[in-house]
Formats: sequence, C-alpha cells, structure tokens
Amino acid sequence: MVKEQKEKLVVIGNGMAGCRAVEEILARDPERYDIVIFGAEPRVNYNRIMLSPVLAGDKTFDEIVINDEAWYADNGIELVSGDSVIAIDREGKELRSRSGRTESYDRLLIATGSDPFIIPVPGHDLPGVITFRDLDDVEKMLAAAERGGEAVVIGGGLLGLEAAHGLFLRGMEVTVLHLMPTLMERQLDEAAGFLLKTELENRGQTILTGADTAEIVGESHVEAVKLKDGTEIPADIVVMAVGIRPNVRLALEAGLEVGRGIVVDDDMRTRDPSIFAVGECVEHRGLVYGLVAPLWEMCKALADGCTTGATGYRGSVTSTKLKVSGIDLFSAGDFSGGEDCEDVVMRDAARGIYKRVVLKQDRIVGAVLYGDTADGNWYFDLMRQEEDVSDIREAIIFGQAFASGGGALADPNAAVAALSDDAEICGCNGVSKGSIVSAILDGSGTLDAVRGCTKASASCGSCTNLVEGLLTITLGEDYSGEREVKPMCGCTSFTHEDARRLILEKELKEIPAVMQELHWTTPDGCSSCRPALNYYLLCAWPDEHKEDPQSRFVNERLHANIQKDGSYSVVPRMWGGITNPRELRAIADVVEKYDAGMVKVTGGQRLDIFGIQKEDLPAVWADLNAAGMVSGHAYGKALRTVKTCVGSDWCRFGTQDSTGLGIKMERMSWGSWMPHKFKIAVSGCPRNCAEATIKDFGIVCVDSGYELMVGGNGGIHLRGTDLLCKVETEGEALEFCAAFIQLYREEARYLDRTAPWIERVGLDYVKQRIVEDAEGRSALRDRFLHAQTFLQKDPWAERVAGAEAHLHQHLAEIRPFAAVGAE
Amino acid sequence: MDANWLDIGPVDQLPALGARTLPVQGGQEIALFRTANGKVFALHNKCPHKQGPLSQGIVHDTTVTCPLHNWRISLLTGEAQGEDKGCVPTIPVKVDGGRIFIARAEALAGAR
Repeated sequence: MVKEQKEKLVVIGNGMAGCRAVEEILARDPERYDIVIFGAEPRVNYNRIMLSPVLAGDKTFDEIVINDEAWYADNGIELVSGDSVIAIDREGKELRSRSGRTESYDRLLIATGSDPFIIPVPGHDLPGVITFRDLDDVEKMLAAAERGGEAVVIGGGLLGLEAAHGLFLRGMEVTVLHLMPTLMERQLDEAAGFLLKTELENRGQTILTGADTAEIVGESHVEAVKLKDGTEIPADIVVMAVGIRPNVRLALEAGLEVGRGIVVDDDMRTRDPSIFAVGECVEHRGLVYGLVAPLWEMCKALADGCTTGATGYRGSVTSTKLKVSGIDLFSAGDFSGGEDCEDVVMRDAARGIYKRVVLKQDRIVGAVLYGDTADGNWYFDLMRQEEDVSDIREAIIFGQAFASGGGALADPNAAVAALSDDAEICGCNGVSKGSIVSAILDGSGTLDAVRGCTKASASCGSCTNLVEGLLTITLGEDYSGEREVKPMCGCTSFTHEDARRLILEKELKEIPAVMQELHWTTPDGCSSCRPALNYYLLCAWPDEHKEDPQSRFVNERLHANIQKDGSYSVVPRMWGGITNPRELRAIADVVEKYDAGMVKVTGGQRLDIFGIQKEDLPAVWADLNAAGMVSGHAYGKALRTVKTCVGSDWCRFGTQDSTGLGIKMERMSWGSWMPHKFKIAVSGCPRNCAEATIKDFGIVCVDSGYELMVGGNGGIHLRGTDLLCKVETEGEALEFCAAFIQLYREEARYLDRTAPWIERVGLDYVKQRIVEDAEGRSALRDRFLHAQTFLQKDPWAERVAGAEAHLHQHLAEIRPFAAVGAE
Repeated sequence: MDANWLDIGPVDQLPALGARTLPVQGGQEIALFRTANGKVFALHNKCPHKQGPLSQGIVHDTTVTCPLHNWRISLLTGEAQGEDKGCVPTIPVKVDGGRIFIARAEALAGAR
C-alpha cells in the first residue's frame, strides 16, 4: 500500500508560539501535515512566562514544561532541538541549519519570537551581564544568587520586576534601575506605580526611578553600574531587562517584508504565500505584541487558515498581570486619558487598594487595579465586548458583584456565568471560557481533568476558582465540588484521609507496617510522608505508639529549633507568658554560660535563646529544668504558647481572669503533638490585647462569659478567627478547647493549620461536632485528655536523663594521624 | 591494621535511617549515614546549597533531605537530586567485623 504523501510543515521556533500553533493545527486536523520543529534551545517546549516563578523558587522546570518528549513522539512530530536555522531558500523551498542539515518544506512557519534588547552602554558585554529570556538565563541568575551579593536590574517593567523579585527571594541585595519616573509605565498609571514602588521598597528592594545608565563598570567581570548623574551602584550581576525586539533576521535575509516585525496579513501569512509567522516576531496591522495572549489568538487564526478555513486575526486587546507573589496588579487597555475620557477611581489607603476604570463614550477603554484584582477579568471582558456601561456606571468601580445588584454577598459563580464565551479565563495558557465549558461537557468532570484537557489553571493557578466555578455552573448537581484529592506524596497513591482511615481499620501501628500494607512504592518513604505517618500513628494509638526519631524533622528530634548556621534556639515554657526572678536568672545564666548569641522576646510571650550547639543542648536543658522550666515546644507541630493579657487581676478593663485561664489552658494542652503548630490566646476583654482573634483557638472574655474563637492565623495568609460559640464558665471553655484540639488532631491533614482545615471542612461542621453534639464533644475531650497522659512528659528532662544521647554526641573525632573512636 | 583506613567505632552506634557526626580537626566535619538495609555512607556534613548540616536530615532509601531547605542529596554520589544542582564530597567508608572504617586520605583531605 502506498502511503499518501502529506504536506510538510516546518516550524522554526520550539517556543510557546511555534508549539501552540502546532497544537492548534493538530486539534483541527491531526493527519494533515508531516511536522518538523526546529528549536535553538536544547530542550522541550516550556512555558516561558512561568520562568519568573522558577526564578522565585515557586515552580520547578518540570512544572512549566508544556509538551514533554512523549508529546512530540505521540504526534509524530520530529523535534530538532539545539540546532538553529540559519537560512531560508524561498526559491528551492528549503532551509539550512547551523549543523548543516537541510530540510524542504511545503509550508513554513516562522515563530522565532524576540530577543532581549541590550542597551549598548560601555561594559554591556562584560561577564555577569545577564538577560532574562530563557532557562539558561534563569540558571545563570540562580548560580549568581547562590554566591549572594548584589544584583542590579536595569528595567522596571514587568520582566525586570519579576527578575528582581526572584533574585531578592534568593537572598541577593537588589537594586532596580528604571529610566522612567513610574515603574511599569506602559501598564500602570502614576498612582499604581507609586503603590507598587512603595511595596517593593518595604520588602527591602532599592528602586531608583529616573535612573539613566551610563556604563557598566568592571575589569574582567561586572563590578558596578554607573549612572549618568555619577551615582555608582556595586553589582555582582546586572540583569538587563529593558525590553525585547522581534527576531526578524531570518525573514529579512530571506527577503520577506519586515517592518518592526515580520509583516503578516490576517491569516498570519507573510508576503510569500507558503511562509507564515506567529508570535512576538510578527507585525500585524502595524502592531507588535510582547505578551502571551495575542499569541494564542494568532495561533488560532493561523490554524484555521491552514486547515478548516480562514477566520482571520483582527488584533488583540491585551491585559497584564504581575507575577510577584503578594502583589496583585492588573492592567488593561488605554489609561493615558484624554479629552473625551472619564476616570472612575477608588482608593482605600488602609488596605492598599487602588482601582481606576477609564471610560470613553460609556465604554470601558482601560483599567488599572492594584491590591484587589478580582474584577480584572470582568472589566477586561466588558472592554473587549465594547459594552455600554452607562447603566451600571455608578457602581462599576465596586466590581461585578456589586454593580450587578447583588451586593457584596452575590454568588461568585454568577460572576463567572456572566462572562462571555470568549472571555479569557486562564491567561497563562490562553484558555477561554468557551473551551473550558466544552471540555466539561465532553466529560472532563473534575478540576484535574479540565487541567489535563485544556491546561486551564495548570500553570500559575490563579484562575482555579474561576475554573471550579465553571464546573459548578456547567455540571450543577453533578459536580462533586471537591477537586480530586492528591496523594500524600510520590511514594503512595493513598491520600492523607485514606492512610488515616486504613491505619485504624487495619490496626497498623508502625511505619513499616503502613508502608507494607498500603503498597508504598519506595523502600522507606520520604521526608514528607514519614513525619506524617509518625503523627498519624501516635494520634491513632496513643497508648502503644513507639516514637520513631528518624521520622521526625530535625527540630522535633532535637527538641530545639535549627538555625541557618546549624546551631539551635531554645525556648523554655512560661505558662501563660508569666515568669519570675528565678526563671529569668536561670535563663540569664544559660545565656552567659553557653555564650548564646542572642535572647529574643517572641511573639508568643516567651524568651528564645539563640546560638546553642547540639552537643550543649542537654546541659542547657538540665540548667533550665533545675529552675523548674520545661520544654516550650517552640520547635514542634504541637501546642506552642498560650498568650494572655493581664486580665481582671490588674487591668481596669478586664472582665475575667484571662491570665489564670490561659495558664489552665496551657497546663491542659502542653506536650500534645498536632498536625501543625497550634497557638492559643486569652484576652480579658474585647480590646483583645492578647490578639486572640488570629490564633488557632482564641478566647475573648466578656462580662457574661467567654467567646470561643477558632481558625485564626497571623501567617502568610492572615485569617481572623470564626466565632465557635459563647460559654459561661471556665470549665466549659476548657472542655470546648480540648474537644476542638482533638477534632483537629484526628481529622486535619498533617501540616494543615486550623485555618485551611476549617475552610475545607466548613465552620458549620466544626460547630456541629463541638457545639451541637454534647456527647461527641465530651468524648473528644476525653480522648484528648487520655492521650495527654502519655504525651505530657518533658522531653528535655528525658534527654537530660540520658535518652537518645547519641543524637547529641559525635560518633568519633578525627585528629590528623589519630582517630579517637567510640567504645 | 591497614594504615589507609581509620576505625571510627562500632556500626551499632549508628541508628538505621540515622546519621552521626565526625569532626575532623582542622578539616571538614563528616556526616555518617546508615540506610535501612544497613549500608553506611560518609559525606561532608554540609549541604551544597546553604551549608545545612546534612547529618540532621531525614534519611530515606539512599538519599538524605537537608533540614534547612529540603534539598535531596544522594548518599551514593553526593549529588543534589531533582532540579537542584550541587554536589558534596563523599568519603569512602566500609564496615568490617561490626566496625566502621573511613578512608584516611579522603577524610583528612584539606585538614592541616
């Protein structure tokens, strides 16, 4: 049988545009072309816009790969990587690569992207001057960050700021030089630029605006950057992120029409009918794009034209988000203002929020959001649809929920439902609402399935809520609402919940037994599942559990907190934050005797002694024990501290004895291991000096009793507590607290704080178990107190008495020419 | 006694899946590891990343996870695993008659 001769499509560029174009073509007609892709980088296709999270350490390279080697093989695509194309022969319809390879084509697609622009100041070619374009650049930056020192980033645009953020997180001193007076001036107005600058400066970066680089100074490597005003900034590396320019060399040499980019028509065709171009290297209707969204639209138009029939690309309206964690920033369209433009602005200085929507003839033409970007998609959609917004103008700045009449409580799913079908949901991968909905209707019924099928929310994840909203709207009752729960770790396919349930059902009592019974795929687990299993076992079998020190993180194994230099910090318990001269003297003596580097008052009202060597720990503990102090468990997934205010004993506002109650709570709950650290506070009145409303369990005393608050967190994600209930007596407060802790101990996943746990199971569930079910509450309390009879032993005293002594001693010591060994 | 190997003590002083330290006067402190199946390995006690004490990490299979930032280091080669890049020197070590022996030259390398 003679194989039908297919047309041959050759793609120059294995980047986001080239591969996306191929994907779009394959989705329409997988049999149409024989495909060859040339890539200059020696690796598979990855999501270039996710390089910033890789630099910042939020992602690994594997996580940003779009198409792995299997994809090329499965689709019969030949990938020529690490070999760049150097010439196109349009007459002979053939191209030549650096290695000397020739390849003929029927259709050619140029997707060569862009090159970073390097300002030609003296010294720009010194070693240590890096651009930010591909993985090699990221690796260079990581290597530099490893050595530490100072980094200067030239360019305060999107890319420059993301590079600066990554290097800063990696421990470098960072200075950003920006020529213009406002950061990201093409995307931000002055007000938002100022908020951004202030925030970055508060984090510790130095931002110089209006900074014009004169030269890069250095002998054999960069040493400093000199500005035109004479300022010199020392630098171990210089990252040049001033912009990009389309890579048009091949097209130019081949005689194609080139303006700022390779000129294409609406079908992405160049002046040569068999040559096409997409991405950052093209100029379409006079515009060149440097963002990812237009690229998706170009690839669709190209694929339509190459397969089913031309639909045409009409240019893109673009929006921008900054990928710097903790900073929410959105910008779209034109906000330069003008005579016929009107501004609607909202500022909330306390919350650091700034929103500006620019209207022209009752239509949105631009939007800048800082601090709260939830409505970015909505404004962007209204802008692209050119909707008349005069009806909702008065409320438009308050966002979709409010403007649509629902007030702040409006159903968030309604917001997603109101978006048009071609509204973009996932900016990282260019997925529209319409394609997500059709994937769901085609059978992708879970978040993971949608991610697998469309890639929506599979990169930075910020649109996960929107995708889940679409699942809910599209499937209604059929959507379980719960994303597929992930396995504990790579060693097993069981989830945390499965493992806990099976430990009880099968009466598994030791880690090796769990791994055997549950078919662990690794011989002895990993550093993530072993501590989890150790906790689940000790929680399930308090009477019988045998500790496995090798499955404890170092801090819990050594009962102290490891510091970056390998020394430890030691926090003795001070019940309720109360201390006395004897304890203070003992602490002072320890600090002097063991030459501790620092003593610090902690946020939990304790004293933290820094710089103790592991060999000295038992002696330090012995001294502290002698003064009546025990371990403060500041190192553990355990009850940390009970913070109190002075209460009715001293304070003229105090309503109850908050100090006394705090001490009782701490006496009851110290020593208990938990899924994660657990903090308690008792405030004597609603002024709340003990900050009880950001603790895992907080009590706010009032005249008539005690308000019990749960699920607070003062960490990365600030969360105020929820009111569990109000009780009248101290005894009840203690009972509810014990029951709550036990419910958390028995049901939360290891390393879940109470805040995410409550958000997952819902406050109503916790109320039902603790407040409504009196019998269940008392059983939980009893189980907690039973477990405590085994756990309330001071680990320090045990070590002082000689337990696990090997952990604190060297095995032996080598002196040159002699070894002094253990017995 | 072989002059090329130093006896540094009985192997039962090293817990399975655990580690202990071996300071070298004037040189690099060494960490000794024992895997679940009883094999013993020796590495410099310094993570290539930020010099974390590898001896305090969790040992699993033939890997130790650094206690500071969770880099995984191969006990066989000293190489960082996964995406991380870096390498810590390994020192030859053997168990004979229930005692641990470490290669003298490598253990003393750099010691003054």
